[in-house]
Amino acid sequence: MPGLLAQIAGPRVPPDELARRPARYATPALLFAVARVLLLVSIFFPYWHMELVAPQYPDGLFLTAYVNHLDGDVKEIDGLNHYIGMRPLDEAARVEKSLAIWMIVAMVLFVEGAMFVHSKWAVLLAVPAITFPAFFIADLHLWMRRFGQGLDPSAPLSASVKPFTPTVLGEGGIGQFRTFAELGTGMWLAIGAAGMIVVAFWFHRRAFRPLSVAARRAAEVPA
Amino acid sequence: MLGFNRQCAVKVLALASVAALLGASADAMAQETRRERRSRTKEVKPIELSPAQVAELTKVANERKLTVDDLLAASKTYMPSGRHDDYVLFSSGGQSGQIFAIGVPSMRLLRSIAVFTPESWQGYGFAGEGDAVLERLNVNGKAVPWGDTHHPALSETAGDYDGQFLFIGDKANARVAVIDLRDWETKQIVKNPLTVSDHGASFVTPNTEYVVEGGQYATVLGYGYAPPEEYKKSYRGMVTFWKFDRAKGRIDEASSFALELPPYWQDLADAGKVASDGLVFINSFNSEMATGGVEQGKPPFEAGVSQRDTDYLHIIDWKRAERAVKEGKAKKINGFPVITLDVAAAEGILHFAPEPKSPHGVDVSPNGQFIVVAGKLDPHVTVYSIDRIKKAIADKKISATDDYGIPVLDFDAVKEAQVELGLGPLHTQFDDKGYAYTSLFLDSAVSRWTLGGDYAKLHAEEPWKLVTKTPVQYNIGHLCAAEGDTVSPDGNYLISMSKWSVDRFLPTGPLLPQNFQLVDIAAAGTTMPVLFDMPIGVGEPHYCQMIKADKLKTWTTYPEIGWNPHTQQLDPRAPKQGKEGVVRDGSQVTINMTAIRSHFTPEHVEVNEGDEITWRITAIESTQDATHGFCIGGYNINLSLEPGEFAEFKFVADKPGTYPFYCTEFCSALHLEMMGYLHVKPKTTTAMKAEPAAKP
Ligand SMILES: [Cu+2]
Repeated sequence: MPGLLAQIAGPRVPPDELARRPARYATPALLFAVARVLLLVSIFFPYWHMELVAPQYPDGLFLTAYVNHLDGDVKEIDGLNHYIGMRPLDEAARVEKSLAIWMIVAMVLFVEGAMFVHSKWAVLLAVPAITFPAFFIADLHLWMRRFGQGLDPSAPLSASVKPFTPTVLGEGGIGQFRTFAELGTGMWLAIGAAGMIVVAFWFHRRAFRPLSVAARRAAEVPA
Repeated sequence: MLGFNRQCAVKVLALASVAALLGASADAMAQETRRERRSRTKEVKPIELSPAQVAELTKVANERKLTVDDLLAASKTYMPSGRHDDYVLFSSGGQSGQIFAIGVPSMRLLRSIAVFTPESWQGYGFAGEGDAVLERLNVNGKAVPWGDTHHPALSETAGDYDGQFLFIGDKANARVAVIDLRDWETKQIVKNPLTVSDHGASFVTPNTEYVVEGGQYATVLGYGYAPPEEYKKSYRGMVTFWKFDRAKGRIDEASSFALELPPYWQDLADAGKVASDGLVFINSFNSEMATGGVEQGKPPFEAGVSQRDTDYLHIIDWKRAERAVKEGKAKKINGFPVITLDVAAAEGILHFAPEPKSPHGVDVSPNGQFIVVAGKLDPHVTVYSIDRIKKAIADKKISATDDYGIPVLDFDAVKEAQVELGLGPLHTQFDDKGYAYTSLFLDSAVSRWTLGGDYAKLHAEEPWKLVTKTPVQYNIGHLCAAEGDTVSPDGNYLISMSKWSVDRFLPTGPLLPQNFQLVDIAAAGTTMPVLFDMPIGVGEPHYCQMIKADKLKTWTTYPEIGWNPHTQQLDPRAPKQGKEGVVRDGSQVTINMTAIRSHFTPEHVEVNEGDEITWRITAIESTQDATHGFCIGGYNINLSLEPGEFAEFKFVADKPGTYPFYCTEFCSALHLEMMGYLHVKPKTTTAMKAEPAAKP
C-alpha cells in the first residue's frame, strides 16, 4: 500500500534540484493558490443575473443568484409567478444552496491537496473546481426548466401562459416580460479559477513529469 | 518551496489579477449594457428643425390659431411623458380642506393631500365609526370634517425649504395640520384652544422652531362669551407659537404658547430671517375696533374697519416671548400658556409700527433686511427696514402708546421706502435678481419692482421703483415665486393665484374654477409673460409654496412591510404573511388579514351580530404603485393600503347579513377577484328567514 500511495503522491523534489530551479516547482503551487483565492472570493459575488423588463416596470426587475441564495426582486417576481402557477423561486435548488459554501470549501481543499500530489492523479483532485462553473449553469438550467415546465394548471393565467423553459443565458421572454440573463462576477471568478487550475497543470506537468520519468527510468535500468 | 524567485511570483500574481480584472470588467460591461438598454429610449439629442418640420409646425400653429409667443410658452411648459417637473407647488385647497401638489412648469396636478376633509381615495376618514382621523377632526367635541386651508408652510432649515414637512392652517376653525413629506400624509392636527378662527397660519421660523398661527377675528380668548358692547374690554386677538419637534415630526403642544394681542383683527404674518431672525411680523386691519351692526343702522364692518388712516404692523420678538414663558410669566387660558399684553409691553416683546390702513400681506425679503407691507386699499407697498426698526426700538422712537399700553414706533423712523405699484397690492415675493413681485388685485396684474439696499447692485434699474406689470386673469390673490419666500429664491417661475377665471375656460355651470397662471420671471427688465393657465376646480386656494423637486425625499413605498403611517414605524400588530386568521375573545373579534396581488387572506370572515371587530390589514407589497384598497359596503369603510402599509380599524358588526369586501384600487389583472365576504350572523336565525312572498 505505501507503494501505491507513494505512486499517487508522485516523486518528491530533491533539495538540491529545488534549490537550483525554485520557480519551476513554485509556479504550479502559486497558481493553485491564486485559483483557490478566486474560488473563495467568488462566494461573495453574484454568479448570475437576470433582468426582467415589462411596460409597467420601467426600472426593470432584477434577480441575482449567489451560490447560496437568491437576491433582488424575488418577492415581486414570486408574486407575479403565482399568477402563472410557478412555485416560489426560493424552493429551487434548496440542497445545492445549503451545501454550496461547504462544497466550495471542499473544492478549495482538494485543490490545496493537488498541490502536494506530484503525479497525474492531482488532476482528479482538481476536477470538481474545474467543472464547477459548468455544473452551476447546468443546475440552474435544470431547475428553471423544472419550474417553468411544472406550472400549476389551476393557476389564474394558465390559459394564456403555457409551460416554458426560461432562458438561462441571453434574451428570453415570458408573458409581457423580456428577460436578459448573464453571468455575474462570482461566476467569472470561478471560471478564472478553473482556467488558472488548467494553466497550473501545464506548469505542474513541466515541473514534475521529468522527475517521474527519471524515477521510472531509474527503476527500469538497474544501476 | 520557500526559495522561489521573486520575478516568477510577480508574474503569476499579475496573471491572477489580470484574470480577476477580466472577470470583473466583463461583469461591469454586462451591467453597463443593461443600463444602456434602458436609458437609450430616454436620450434626447439637441434638435434642429428642418424646413419641412418648420412648415409642419407653422401649419399646426396656424390651424390652431397660435402665435409665436404661444408656441414658445408651450415649449417652455410641455413635459414629455416620463419627464419630471423641476418644482412641486404645494397649494392650499381652500374650502376643500385639502392640499394640492402641482408640478411646475407643466402645471399638472400630481395629487391632493387630504387634511381637514375626509377623502375616500386616500382612505382618509373612512375607517368606520371609530375612525381616528375623524376623531382628530373634532373641534371641541363636535365633528368638523372640513377646513378652509389658507397658508401652507414648508419646513425650513436656516431659512431655506428642507423638504421634510408641510404645515397648513384652517382659517374657519383655527387649526394647524402637520404633513410628513416622506409619505405626503397628514400626521397631526392641533386645535387652537384660544380662538375660533385664524388667518396668519401657517408660517415657520427659520429653523422651524415654531409654527406661527396668527389669529384673525377677535373673540374672547379660550372660547369665552362677551357682548359686542364689551368688545374693547373683553375681545382679544392672539398669535400662537406651536413648538415643532422635528425628530418626532409632531407639534409639541405642551411646549407651545401664545401671545395675547389687541382685538385689531390680525391678518397675515411672516417670520423674520437672517437680519430679522427672532422676530415675527403680523399685519392688522381693525385698529378702529369697529363692531359693525349694519342691521342697527351702524356702519357695516367693511366701512367701520377702514376709518383710520393707519393700522398696526405687529413686531413680535418671539425669542423674548419664549424666554418669558420659561420664566413663568405666562398665564393659562383654557389650559394654554398665554403672555398677556401687560407682560408683552413690560418685556419688550411687542411693538407696533403704523402702516397704511387695512393692508394685507407682510413679507420679509430674502436677506431679512426689509419688511414689505402691501397696501390693499393703498396703491403703495410700504417697506420697513430691520435696521431702522431695531434702532427705533433702541432709541425709544415712540410716537404713541396704544390703548393696551403697546408702544407704537415712529413711522418715519422705521419706514425705508414706499413704492407706488397700482391698485390693490396684496402679497409680495422675491427673486434672485433684486426684484420683488407684488400681486395687484384690482389691477389684475403681477407687478415687478426693484428693491434697494444691498439688492440695488443686482439690477440695472433705480431702486424702489415699479419696473413692469403683467396682466393676469383675473383678480389675483396670493402669488408664489420659486422658493420666493426663502433666503434664496430661484427667480424663474411665478404662480399667479387668480381668484376669478370668468371666460378663461369652458363654462362649468355657475361655479367656476380658479385660475393658476404660470408666469415666466426668468428674464430681467420688462419681459414677464404668462405661460400657462391651470384651472383649479376643487376649492379656492389661497397661498402656495414652490419647492425644488429634488429637495423632496419622498418614499416610493413604505420602508418596511407592516409600516404604520401614523407612528411612522413598523407596527408589531401588523399581521404577517402565514399568520393570518380570526381571533375571538368573547364578543371581541380580531381579524388579522394580509393583502397581496390578488387576494386577501382570509377571504371569509365570520362574526356574530353585535361583535366588536378589530380589523387589521397589512399590504404585503413592496413594489412602487402596487396599492390596494379595502372597502366594506354599508359600513362606511374604505382604506388605501399603500405598499407595506398596515391599517387597523374598529367597528361593531351591528347589521347582520353578507357583506362582500373588495379591493378598491385596480391593483392587477385579477383585481375584480380580489374580494371576500364578511358574514355577520344574526343573533336569531329566524329573523333572517325570507318573508314568504305576499299572494295577491
Ligand atoms: Cu388589490
